[in-house]
Amino acid sequence: MAQATRKKPIASEVDTALEARLAAQPHFRTLRLGTPFQPRIDALGLKQDWYSWAGYRAPHSLWDEELEYFAIRSQAALFDISPMTKYRIEGPGAEAYLDRVTLRDVTRLQPGRVHYTAWCDDDGFVLDDGTLFRLSPTRFRLCSQERHLPWLLDSAIGYEVSIEEETEAVAGLALQGPTSFAILRDAGFAGVERLKVFDLAEFAHDGATVTISRTGFTGDLGYELFVPADKALSLWDRLMMAGELRGIRAIGYTALNRARLEAGLIVANADFTTSEHAIRADRLRMPDEIGLGFLVDPEKGHFNGRRAIFEARTKKKLRHVLVGLEIEGNIPAEHAIVYYRKSQEVGLVSAAMWSPMAKRNIAIASLQRPYGDTIVDDLWVEIYAMRELQYQKLMKKAKVVQRPFIKLDRRTASPPADF
Amino acid sequence: MKAWDAIVIGGGHNGLVNACYLQRAGLDVLVVEKNDWVGGAATSRELTPGFLYSNCSYVCSLFRPEIMRDLELPRFGLQVISYDGGAVFTRDGDYLANYRDHDAHRREFARFSRRDAEAYDRYSRDVTRQCRFIQPLLMRTAPDPTSFKPRDLGELLFLGKKFAGLTAEEMALTLRFWTMSISDFLDEYFETDVIKANFALSGIIGTALGPMSPGTAYVLLHHYMGEVDGSVGAWGYARGGMGAVTKALAASFRASGGTIRTGAEVDHVLVRNGRAKGVVLAGGEEIYGKLVISNADVKRTFLKLVEERELPDIFLRRVRNFKIRGSSGKVNIALDSLPEFPALPKDSPVYRADMHFTDSIERMERAYDDWKAGRWSADPFLDMMIPTTLDPTMAPPGKHFMSCFVQYAPPKIDGRDWTDADRDGFAESVIAQIAAYSPGFRDRIVHMEVRTPREIEAEVGLTEGNIFQGELTFDQLLFNRPVPGYAQYRSPVGGLYMCGSSTHPGGGVMGAPGRNAAAEILRDLAKPTSHMSPAHDVI
Repeated sequence: MAQATRKKPIASEVDTALEARLAAQPHFRTLRLGTPFQPRIDALGLKQDWYSWAGYRAPHSLWDEELEYFAIRSQAALFDISPMTKYRIEGPGAEAYLDRVTLRDVTRLQPGRVHYTAWCDDDGFVLDDGTLFRLSPTRFRLCSQERHLPWLLDSAIGYEVSIEEETEAVAGLALQGPTSFAILRDAGFAGVERLKVFDLAEFAHDGATVTISRTGFTGDLGYELFVPADKALSLWDRLMMAGELRGIRAIGYTALNRARLEAGLIVANADFTTSEHAIRADRLRMPDEIGLGFLVDPEKGHFNGRRAIFEARTKKKLRHVLVGLEIEGNIPAEHAIVYYRKSQEVGLVSAAMWSPMAKRNIAIASLQRPYGDTIVDDLWVEIYAMRELQYQKLMKKAKVVQRPFIKLDRRTASPPADF
Repeated sequence: MKAWDAIVIGGGHNGLVNACYLQRAGLDVLVVEKNDWVGGAATSRELTPGFLYSNCSYVCSLFRPEIMRDLELPRFGLQVISYDGGAVFTRDGDYLANYRDHDAHRREFARFSRRDAEAYDRYSRDVTRQCRFIQPLLMRTAPDPTSFKPRDLGELLFLGKKFAGLTAEEMALTLRFWTMSISDFLDEYFETDVIKANFALSGIIGTALGPMSPGTAYVLLHHYMGEVDGSVGAWGYARGGMGAVTKALAASFRASGGTIRTGAEVDHVLVRNGRAKGVVLAGGEEIYGKLVISNADVKRTFLKLVEERELPDIFLRRVRNFKIRGSSGKVNIALDSLPEFPALPKDSPVYRADMHFTDSIERMERAYDDWKAGRWSADPFLDMMIPTTLDPTMAPPGKHFMSCFVQYAPPKIDGRDWTDADRDGFAESVIAQIAAYSPGFRDRIVHMEVRTPREIEAEVGLTEGNIFQGELTFDQLLFNRPVPGYAQYRSPVGGLYMCGSSTHPGGGVMGAPGRNAAAEILRDLAKPTSHMSPAHDVI
């Protein structure tokens, strides 16, 4: 039971708990932790260009932003996803529990499959989005950007399920790009060719198990690998060795962020504000307001936020919409204001770039309905391009387009191609 | 005989803020202060050679930045250093620290509870929302809800609009927040004793209530709505001790032509035909003024400085019943070296911030039980800081000044006055608690000043030694502070105003009461207030 963690511990448990607490005291000396892969990443971090990802020292870029991006699109890119928040959700009631907590129908998620989903508070506002891995009939892993343990535990009341935060215990890698399949095969993960998009399977590695799923955040052929933290380095080395002749490269977030934008994927607290972080009430968003309405399953039973979401749909109370934009010219419109008829403010661009794959100037923007919803013509973005200490103000036409901005057949091809 | 344009009784921070604004509006202002120094409860005093004591208030957050700017306080030496962290020592030999770095803070909480570590964001969001609601009210005069004057209606509308701007959930939370106990409030977010105790302390500081008493959640908010240089909720050390605040104010006041008389205790306010005409000093000297503004608390002002017959009965009864209960004391210590706490690593940033030894709400409540019984707490709650870890001006190199705020200390012991023996017993309860966590602590003590409510009232003039000039409970806030009908800094006596923390928005070294009172006085005089900045925007 979820509540089991709240029981009063017995005396010997108290001693162990105190020892563990005391042992963890010195963390204040390392304000930015390394991940289990850090020794390898540090060795490759020629640019020393770090940022804090949930308290971990993560690279913006390791050696060359452009070539790191093209590693994703042309070879294979290795990206450390260990700082992602991970929860282990297990028990006979896990399926029913997750069906209640998240938007999609978890009863239709087969063991060995993964789906992208989101979850809401009781008012239907999005707490986060993430991926749900069904590792067995009764065991799941939920991955997300933000942290949700109190919410997950409180929601578990009445379900036979245990929930454990396992972010530090489990290391994660994304291997993305056209040669990613060939590398896994050459590394000896026999049977990996059978994985279709959103499939997962367990493979032997260094006396332990690595979970490989055909998932990713790039819109390309790619895989994600989860392994116990103490097997992280041997997994890294195994992939790097197998990938040497197939152009494998370690990359930082800047390259990944470009790929995800081309794939039209959104990032929590970058493209929308999660409800537990929204201090201003008008920043809260329902799934339909951030392009996640498709996750809401009207056929399944009750789930958190259901009543509010359907009431908002019926009463037309949805105030925002998230759209893909194609903007004339080639100057990225990051954080530009979106106008209707060049004068009326109707929204904001949250991410933008020139797409090397689409050869278009693309963006993700949040607009106030009906703009972007029923009124999609005559939209403009005002770009302030700083050039040698002067703003070049540009008013550029924006067209609402479907996401993803690029669609690559190799992402879904089965069996995957050997490039 | 000279008649001043305005006489301010009391040179505390609010009296000085008020005097500064009036002087800068072109009035000829006199501040009379009974002590030989200015500062009230914001002072730095050299009580032993080489050591400056922040011997009442000891940290700074609430002081409004708009006032610092208007009165050019940085030019007159005010510098506030925002510190990081703080900790609660636990009885099992560990501690729970607070770190400014968000992820370090989470990891620290996770040592005790992974769940509570991840609950902090929601807690922080909800408290921030409440702060944003209340912040714009600080620098405005509270509306009179019974008045139909356009201005009162306008202010009521402002308050109403602010409230109506909240979602249904926020409205519910606001009402709960203003009325519930800090213990109940924290139960909604956290499960771990020490984590709750860590936050609960802000709900009881300076208040004659326990963490389980309704109304204490608001007291927490009162401690969170300040800022240091735009960082809301942050606290800092005034360089040179809290006296640096009033020293800068006094210098600013004098630079604009104001006059301060220290060693001038007011015996009573001179009232003729229902109008204040000046003050009479303890020695009998009469000083005339067109206006008199009292920085003293509402009880001292109207029960000691104004004759009863000048006041309406209901007003007088309400002033008598105004809750301004002594609940805390202070032990200020000069140390010949930095104390060591075996539980705390020597390089911990916690030494630079507030330290506590009360690791559960239950213990806080038991400490409060002693107060109710008319005793000082046998196991007191301490807010202990060593500002010299960041401020080199308060002690010689290598030596330190330690400030211990102590709760609870009742205004009377078993119904009788405090004796010197009581004071020593009170000090021993504090030293014993520190020494239990810091072996050898007693040997480091060079000098010590112990202040019970008796000493604080006698020296600073705060009734019962209450640091807020009146409890911050909802029945004594906004248009009910200090008493209904007199929340706009005016009094039943013509020309007699209030500007202390007994008035809206209440206590702490905030300066807002003094500033708001000046705005009302200048309004009555039909003088411009263009030298007074409005509250900074909350966006």
